[in-house]
Order: sequence, then C-alpha cells, then structure tokens
Amino acid sequence: MTAKSIQSTVDRGDAIDLSNIVAQALDCASRFGVDAASVGVGQTQGYELGVRMGELETVEHHNGGNLTVTVYLGNKKGISTTNDFSGAAIADTVRAARTIAKYTADDPCNGLPPTDRLARQIPELELYLPWNVDRDQALEMALACENSALSSDSRIMNSEGATFGTSISESAFGNSDDFLIHQRTTRHDMSCSVVGKSAAGMQGDYWFDSVRDPALLDSPQSIGLMAAKRTLRKLDARQISTCRVPVLFEAPIASNLLSYLIRAISGPALYRKASFLLDSIGQQIFPPWVRIHEQPHLKRTLGSAVADAEGVATQPRDIVSDGVLQGYVLGSYSARKLGLETTGNAGGVFNLTIDSGKRDFNELLNLMNHGILVTETMGFGVNTVTGDYSQGARGFWVENGEMKYPVEELTIAGNFRDMFRSFVDVGTDVDLRGNSRTGSILIESMVVAGK
Amino acid sequence: MKNYIDTARTTLLEPAEVGERELDVLLGKMVGKHIDHADLYFQYARQESWSLEDGSVKSGAFSIDKGVGLRAISGEKTGFSCSDDLSLPALTQAAVSARGIAHGLGSDAHAAIQRQSAEVPILYQPDDPLNSLSDSEKVRLLERVEQDARKQDPRVKEVMVNLSGSQEIVLVVRSDGKICADVRPLVRLNVSVVAEHNGRREQGAFGGGSRESYDFLMQQDRALEYGREAVRQALINLEAVDAPAGTMVVVLGPGWPGILLHEAIGHGLEGDFNRKGTSAFAGRIGDQVASKLCTIVDDGTIQNRRGSLSIDDEGTQSQNTVLIENGILAGYMQDLTNARLMNQTPTGNGRRESYAHLPMPRMTNTYMLPGASSHEEIIESVDNGLYAVSFGGGQVDITSGQFVFSATEAYLIEKGKITRPVKGATLIGNGPDVLTKVTMVGNNLQLDSGIGTCGKEGQSVPVGVGQPTLRVDGLTVGGVQM
Repeated sequence: MTAKSIQSTVDRGDAIDLSNIVAQALDCASRFGVDAASVGVGQTQGYELGVRMGELETVEHHNGGNLTVTVYLGNKKGISTTNDFSGAAIADTVRAARTIAKYTADDPCNGLPPTDRLARQIPELELYLPWNVDRDQALEMALACENSALSSDSRIMNSEGATFGTSISESAFGNSDDFLIHQRTTRHDMSCSVVGKSAAGMQGDYWFDSVRDPALLDSPQSIGLMAAKRTLRKLDARQISTCRVPVLFEAPIASNLLSYLIRAISGPALYRKASFLLDSIGQQIFPPWVRIHEQPHLKRTLGSAVADAEGVATQPRDIVSDGVLQGYVLGSYSARKLGLETTGNAGGVFNLTIDSGKRDFNELLNLMNHGILVTETMGFGVNTVTGDYSQGARGFWVENGEMKYPVEELTIAGNFRDMFRSFVDVGTDVDLRGNSRTGSILIESMVVAGK
Repeated sequence: MKNYIDTARTTLLEPAEVGERELDVLLGKMVGKHIDHADLYFQYARQESWSLEDGSVKSGAFSIDKGVGLRAISGEKTGFSCSDDLSLPALTQAAVSARGIAHGLGSDAHAAIQRQSAEVPILYQPDDPLNSLSDSEKVRLLERVEQDARKQDPRVKEVMVNLSGSQEIVLVVRSDGKICADVRPLVRLNVSVVAEHNGRREQGAFGGGSRESYDFLMQQDRALEYGREAVRQALINLEAVDAPAGTMVVVLGPGWPGILLHEAIGHGLEGDFNRKGTSAFAGRIGDQVASKLCTIVDDGTIQNRRGSLSIDDEGTQSQNTVLIENGILAGYMQDLTNARLMNQTPTGNGRRESYAHLPMPRMTNTYMLPGASSHEEIIESVDNGLYAVSFGGGQVDITSGQFVFSATEAYLIEKGKITRPVKGATLIGNGPDVLTKVTMVGNNLQLDSGIGTCGKEGQSVPVGVGQPTLRVDGLTVGGVQM
C-alpha cells in the first residue's frame, strides 16, 4: 500500500462572530415584541479520517452549525431552529418561534431562569486545546492504530477500521436578561474496531479514546491493542443455564447504571410522575457508603461546562451521599413544576462520579468469587416508571475469582430499587472517557436467563 | 420527477445562483482519472413538532435546514465534505476537500455533462404536511387525543402526545449525468400514557404515521385510536406479573414485532458488512438460513409507507428485494459503492440521515410474507410459552449475530390459551439461528403503524417492518421468574 497524500487543509472559513449573531437574534426578538427570549448558536468544524485493512477509506470534512431561538409571549413558549445565519433567516426563525408561541398554552412554569443563577463569573476550564494535526499525520496514526490490532494475533482476521477525528466547536448563548456567554471547545477521538475468528465463529469488539486535550489521548498502539484484546477474549463464547448469581458490571458499561438513576431523578420523569424514584429525596436508595456527585469544573475534561443549556452556572454537588438521595436533576422549567429551584442541569449532568471503594478490578472478581462479569449490555429493556430492568448481556463466567470462559446470549434482569440497594462495591478501575465516571460495580445478585 | 427537479432547483439552487454551468464546474473539480463516482446531494428540510403534556400543548418547535454533501469515490475510498453555505465559493472549497481522497488534481476543464433525468413511479404526493393543518388545528388535534385517552379509564393519570411533520426536498446530481429529485412528506403522532392503580404505575405507548399530510392522522380517527391503544397497553401492564426467565417457545404477534426481522436478519444483510466480511451472513448466499416457511423482503415501493422512497439518497429507484426465499439466503441490500465493489446491482437502499452524512446500505420496509396457519392455530399449538405483542426497541451485533428486542406487552401461553400478562422482558437470540426455529407462519401479514426509526453508525432514518404471527421454538426470555 502506498501512503495516500491528502492535499486539502482544514478550512477555518471566515470567522463568524457567534456572539454577534446571538445579539442580532435577541435584538430581532425584542423588535418583534416578545416578552423574553433566549438564543443559542453553535458551530463545529473538523474532519474525521478512517482507514480499513491498511488503506485509507474515508475522509469526512464537517463544517456546520445551528441557531436555536426560544421566545416567550407572556408564559407561552415557542422554539425555532435554522442552520442559515443570514440576517433574513434569523428574522424568519424568530418569527417562526413567535408564531408557535401564539398557539401554545399559557404555562406559568415557562420562562427564563432566575437571573442570579446565570453563569456571569466564568472559571477557566481549559476546554479549548486545538490539535494542528495534518492529514498525513492523522493517516499515520489511524494506520498505526489498526495495524497494532491486526498484527497482534493471527485470529484477528478482519477489521471495521480505525478512525481519527478532531474538531473545534464554538458556541454562544444569550438571553433577554442581558446575559451572554461565549465558549470554545475542542474534541479529539481515536477508535479501532476489529474482528476475530475461531472455529466457533466471529466476534468483534472495539476500543476508543475521546479527549479535549491532545496530550491526553491514548497512543494509537494502545487503542489498537485494547481493541484486539477485547475481541480475542470474546471468542468461543458459550450460553449458560438460567441462574441467580452476583453480577459485576465492567467499568465501561457500569456508567449505564448511573445514567438510569439520573433519568429517574430528572425533572420531566418526576413532574410526569413517570419515575420509580418519586418523592425519594432523603431516602436511602443505596448502601450507606455510596456517594454520587457532579464535578462540572474539572479542567480539560469532556464532561465539564461552566453553564447548563439555559446559561445557569454549574456547580459541584452531591446527588447521593451516605447512600441517601440529596437532590434531583432539574432545569428551570421542571424546577418550577415541582416547586423547587433549578439545579443547573438543563441538558444533563456534568462529570457524574461515583466514588470508588478500595478494591481494584481483580479484587472485585475475588470478592464476587463466582458469578457473571458483564462486559456488554444490549437493548431497550429499561423501564424507569417501574424500575424494571431486563437487558441482553455478554461477558464472562467467573469462578473462584477468575474469568473462566466468555458467555453470550444471556439476559440479566432485576428492579433498580433492589439493584441499587445491593451495590456491594465500586472498583478503582475508573473509566475516565465519558461524562459518567465509575469503576466496575458489583451487585449482590440478579437473574441471568440463558438456555 | 421533472417537476420535482424544478422544485429543487427553485428551492435550493436558484437562491444560491447555482446553475447548470456551476454544477459542471463542481463535478469537474471532483471527477478525474482515479475517481469512480462523484455526486452532490442537496437537501432542504422543514420540520416541526408539537407536544402536549399535563393537559395542554406547552411547546412547539420548528426548524429549517439546508445544505449539500459532496462525495468523490475512488475504489474503496470516499472523500466527503458538506456545507450549509450553498454559495459557489463554499461549494468549490467543499468539492476540492472531497476530491482530496485521490491522487492528483481534478481535471478542472471538465466538459459539460449531459444530464438525464429518469422517470420513476411516485410513491407519495409532494404534500407539505406542515401546511396541511393550521397551527390551531394541530393544537386541537393533540387536545382531542389527550381528552379521549383520559376518558377511556379513570386510572389514566398522565397523557403525553407528540405530533411531528416534515417535508424534505432532495436533489441528487451525479457524475454519470443522472440528475433526480424527490419531495418527501412524513408525519407521525405518538401517545404515551401512565396509568395508576393501588399505588402501582405502568406505562403504555402507541403511535403511527405515514408519508402523507396530517390528514392521514385525522382519517378513521387514527390519532384517537393510537391514544386508546396506549391506554389499553398501560392498563394491561397494571395487571402484569413478573416475566419468566429462560429459553422457551415464543409466539410473536403480527405487525410491529417484525422488528425481529429487522434486527436478526436485516442489518446482517446490508451490503457494506457483507463486502467487508464482518457480517455473520457474509458469503452465505444460497445457504439455508431460515426455515422453509420464511420468505423475507425489503420493499421500498409501498405507497405512502414510512420506510418507502421513490428514489434512494443516491438517485437509485427503490425496489422490492427478496432477502430470504423459502429459507434460502437470496440477496443483500446495496448502495452504489458496495454494489460496485461486490459486482452486484444497486437495490435502492443507499440512504443517509442528511446532507451532512455519507450514504450507506439501509433498510426501507422489511417484512415476512404470510404463511398458511391461522393466528388461533398458532396460539393453540403452544403448551407453555410466551406471546409477545408489542416491542420497544431492538439491537443487533452484526458480527456475532446476537440480537435483542424488548417486549412492552406480552402474555403467558398455557395449554394453548393466552393467560396472564407479564412484565416487559428482553428477548435474546442469534440472527443466523433464530429463523431456523420458526415452525409456524401465520396467514395474517400486517405492517407496523408507521413509527420505526433505525439507527446505524450514528445515523437515523425512518423505516417500516411487518410480519404475520410467528411461532419460534426457542428464544431466551429475560424475566426474573425462575
């Protein structure tokens, strides 16, 4: 294979002043006689390069953004979005939002967030760390990543490829309470996905890293090797018989458990009374050693932000301490619906973290002794109204604290109330790649359905 | 079709002052010695949604997006660039970026391409759903659905209704001279309900839609029926007991449970995974992969269906493709690139979420043809098993073939009779294996009500599924009752 030379460079385009667009849209809203408005505009520019089986496969250049206008006529609300930033399109968008507001119902819970909660003091979180990597370097990294997987073992016989991507995002958000915030962030990703084969058939798996700071990205080789290792260990998986056993959720998927907790204590689920955790503040929902908290101001981190989607200042806080639920996850609308105050979570949580115990991964396996290590879950069998949980799963059968053989075509089922109460420990093997930070989580017992 | 091209020109090209000559120049930048194919995909999309909760319509949203995706393909390599700015300098820059995938520069002095438009059957009218009802009528529709749902039963505590509509105008301009356009309407209404009894809360959800105007939802009281169906499901779930755990006979009801076919078979038969050899079905054309009772097609040509397309997003006319015939694997679903690389014919399955995404092989409406058994016969044949009527979502691992789908309404079958409702459970199986276990196929083919959205590599597209009642002798059911 000959190295492919890519000639084009990232086009920075004409730098559009996003703050100016926000100001323009707010001004337009005020001229159209709305009572309050907020405007968000975002623009992302970057490229992603993919290789497969040692050859360049795709180069995708992206450059796009959108503008969202929310207007209030009294307590009536309308939203409109466009990707056209021309003056005429901005006016049309504001007009469309106002038209919708005319037809929606008056709801006293609508409106801008309290002005004293807006993020007027901005801590420097170092989220903008561009990587001036040219296409040849990117190609070299992606090829090295895939090659380290393909050459690691003869059973790795095929590949879905390796990708490298880098992008710069810029956003501005403002509202008619004289608030404006402007931010820039970067994101750099590398992934590798390969296929292994044994007499029993094929198995595929992948690994990735995703960072704000180029210096923190795992090496292409280690991402490739991890993808290969995860693929190989799945080969020759078996189905086991139906049983009730302890379940260890491996760190990369243990974060799902936290996301279901968040879904159940989020404003809309609560005011719609569609949650198994209604009226649970002050209740012991986890064992007393469990602490779950948000860390929105960690530097150089994907899940960090100075403000939520409404411009409300984010702040570190405990959601669960000593196993007791301390607060919900609310934006200003759902807060008013519940007679509470916004928690600065319009749009979600920030670096949600469950504190680890003292055991590392192997010590957790030992503690479990026998049961299932779940490395992947599949499906949509999560009901946050009732707390019922039933998901497809695969992983490893564990005996005497050791991973004995891979298992597949299983389901694991339980109810979150019981599952949360029976957390045994959280490992020190914390996965830092996403917005939820957790080590592997051991649950006392669940029903595993198999043959 | 000709009219559609005029519509697309007026909407997308004329405001940006892009004419025949400019299209020639752009394609000229992208074609050349090493380039097998290049195309421009212009898209204009208007979309709205209205949602009701707590008794009134509290919010609505509207969006307009337009842009172009430019693609140059050389062998297995694809260069892609997209722009929401349709002015010539922006398009030229994007064309050069897309072309960067292959060696050398484009032959800038490209001769004018003779453009040809093909006539294809029109599968849906170029309606503008957004203007088919006034805003106050849309609000009134949601309110009627909500009031009717509440009226069904005092145990109904919460009703949420969501109405959405979109119109897309797309124009495909290809380096082989083909030019085509499509105007695609799409509407959908979903209802979800929370019911409460003796402190227990359960939910139910139902919806439907079509490539038509909002009139579709008003006809035959469809919107109200969706609400009643959601209520019925929530009330059934209030009575549900824990689902069993383990492997057992499963009867899947007609219609939406066809999501089984979409997950277990459909994705595994998409051309890209088979060209790359990463699908559990790769290299298996001509093999028996299902019981002889099973014939499965992907049919993009059904009038007005959510998954239908007059042309796909690469300008290929959609078709009815036989995937499995009497249990034998008959064919894959292809886009242009994978068809060319596998030396097969494109099947009209090249789809993309938007101009900002690359097309790939995707399903349209995937369903199993009817068999000989009656629904009652199938139920009566089961001594001990599960009858699953409605599902949430499904997911598949293409390479191992493992798939899941999660029931939202299911019952026990005991001695040939449907007895107690059971709580939703996830069903898990293996794609190349599951259809070999189909022992009865009903004579009652039904397509789903028009709510499916399929996700692949981060791209969502509307799809349809369908099937008659099926008896599968052995699926693992993920309940808690051992």
